Amino acid sequence: MTELSDETRTPAAVPAHPPPRSASPPAPARRRRWRLPQVGERKVAYLFLAPWFIGLALITIGPILGSLYLSFTDYSLLAPPEWTGLDNYERMVTDPRFYQSLQVTFVYVFVSVPLQLAFALALALALDKGLRGLAFYRSVYYLPSLLGASVAIAVLWRQMFGAEGLINAALENLGFTDLPGWVSDPDYALGTIIILNVWTFGSPMVIFLAGLRQIPQMYYEAAAIDGAGALRRFFSITLPLLSPIIFFNLVLQLIGSFQSFTQAFVISSGRGSPADSTLFYTLYLYLRGFGNFDMGYASALAWVLLLIVGVLTAANFLVSRFWVFYGDD
Amino acid sequence: MATTEPGELHGPGPDLDSPRGLARPGGRPRVLAHLCLILFGLLMLYPLIWMLASSFKPGEEIFSQPGLWSENFTAQNYVEGWTALPRPFHIYILNSLIVVGGSIVGNLLACSLAAYAFARLEFRFKRFWFAVMLGTIMLPIHVVIVPQYVLFAQLDWINTFWPLIVPKLLATDAFFIFLMVQFIRGIPKELDEAARIDGCGHFGIFWRIIIPMSTPALATTAIFTFIWTWNDFFSQLIFLADPDLYTVPVALRTFVDSNTQTPWGPVFAMSVVSLAPIFGFFLAGQRYLVRGIATTGLK
Repeated sequence: MTELSDETRTPAAVPAHPPPRSASPPAPARRRRWRLPQVGERKVAYLFLAPWFIGLALITIGPILGSLYLSFTDYSLLAPPEWTGLDNYERMVTDPRFYQSLQVTFVYVFVSVPLQLAFALALALALDKGLRGLAFYRSVYYLPSLLGASVAIAVLWRQMFGAEGLINAALENLGFTDLPGWVSDPDYALGTIIILNVWTFGSPMVIFLAGLRQIPQMYYEAAAIDGAGALRRFFSITLPLLSPIIFFNLVLQLIGSFQSFTQAFVISSGRGSPADSTLFYTLYLYLRGFGNFDMGYASALAWVLLLIVGVLTAANFLVSRFWVFYGDD
Repeated sequence: MATTEPGELHGPGPDLDSPRGLARPGGRPRVLAHLCLILFGLLMLYPLIWMLASSFKPGEEIFSQPGLWSENFTAQNYVEGWTALPRPFHIYILNSLIVVGGSIVGNLLACSLAAYAFARLEFRFKRFWFAVMLGTIMLPIHVVIVPQYVLFAQLDWINTFWPLIVPKLLATDAFFIFLMVQFIRGIPKELDEAARIDGCGHFGIFWRIIIPMSTPALATTAIFTFIWTWNDFFSQLIFLADPDLYTVPVALRTFVDSNTQTPWGPVFAMSVVSLAPIFGFFLAGQRYLVRGIATTGLK
């Protein structure tokens, strides 16, 4: 017995028992790594993450800090940045176009996002009733979400809501006269862009639909047996159980809408016209940074945007505790 | 959150397509519901259909003609639109395809590598880095665009495609990392272990097990990258100022930029050309798109 086990331990025994699957030479080492829990795993993980870490440092975190620094300087790309302290922020306080862009953006976000989510929820509820052809309807309503951010659609909107556009032609056929050129009228231009954003309600709708699927059918059956009407079932079952999804959509759409740029740029010929009525915050930032090459001021605007979006998102999460329902436990 | 259930993209998954609820025979209320839904759908799509029809109409008919039909359908707008800008339109399409192709390759490679690490490997501060990754999804690009421009200007990359492609190779589209992490978590770990016993290292497991098993997530990533990059305007506008390098959106915008009368016929024709690939991808990849947004809330 002992002799035999001694023999198996001799080095000569190793080639006599080749790895069964003719693996590459370092196979035994690999096996050991598997048995001892993951010695080299950390290093491997950093290898897998290397591109992301480099990107995070150079493309994301670096520029965030870079724009914080530049926001305290006067910088036009031609000469090195010159430290001016809080100068840019002081200018901002007295800059009427800054306030105008804030107002335009807030009106846009707080009108279009609730409308968009309301449409999305209403259509999702209508489609969740067990109708045939759900996939077809979902595709039809979803398509505008994919196209809505494109220049082509913004161009189309400019024609449709122009003085001689599709909308006015249709309204004239119905007997209306003295119609405004919607996109060139300061009272209506922003409204046309709000309509464009509402038109893209398809993507939150698809998320709502998936959420409605998760609500167990038996809740509704039980409620129906107890005599709850459709309205009662909606407010007591659907709405609370869907509230995490509503919250999710709300956060996503709020952040997304703050960043709208393309539609306003194309519809207003890149100037926020007429009379700055479509001067979105991002558009103003672009004009200062890449129109006037006032990079310091643009960076200050960028940081204020970051703060606004951050504070709003944080507020959203805080308020959510009072209305979002995450199950009984 | 219900929508971010791991593995929702994977395997049979939840049934998102067939009607639910008590199957009642289609009485009159059903017909009415269908009628309303179809009418509303038509209303929503009417601008698109009208643009398509108008792109085949002579210019003077586009004005004050809300209808679709014309006696004089013609392809003339396409011929004119193709050469109306300083460069023929296929140059812009080619430029867009270069940017889109590079972005797809970058996102597929870099995001799946990072996703494997987050889904399968242990490393220090993993939770922290994961939170950072999620945070970057929310970050508005406008916050970082100025320093990025400065950086790329110093590398002499303005008026090249590099500023649009290199960030994707560095996994800055964190959406897709998240999407793939969710997906990879749904792949049974037994498969990894079987491969490990067979002598695979982490790269072997990644390449031979995870990547082939993740094709639905990779397809979703590729389709969304295509659509977003093809539509993207802001960064292309900023980094490409040379008309030879204009992509489709940047070129299209110059049509309506000038103060002169916009030639709507050719503009609509080229708009249709620019939307056609998205529409094609939408038809081909609907399943992936719907699962993709249902899983992660992408647009």
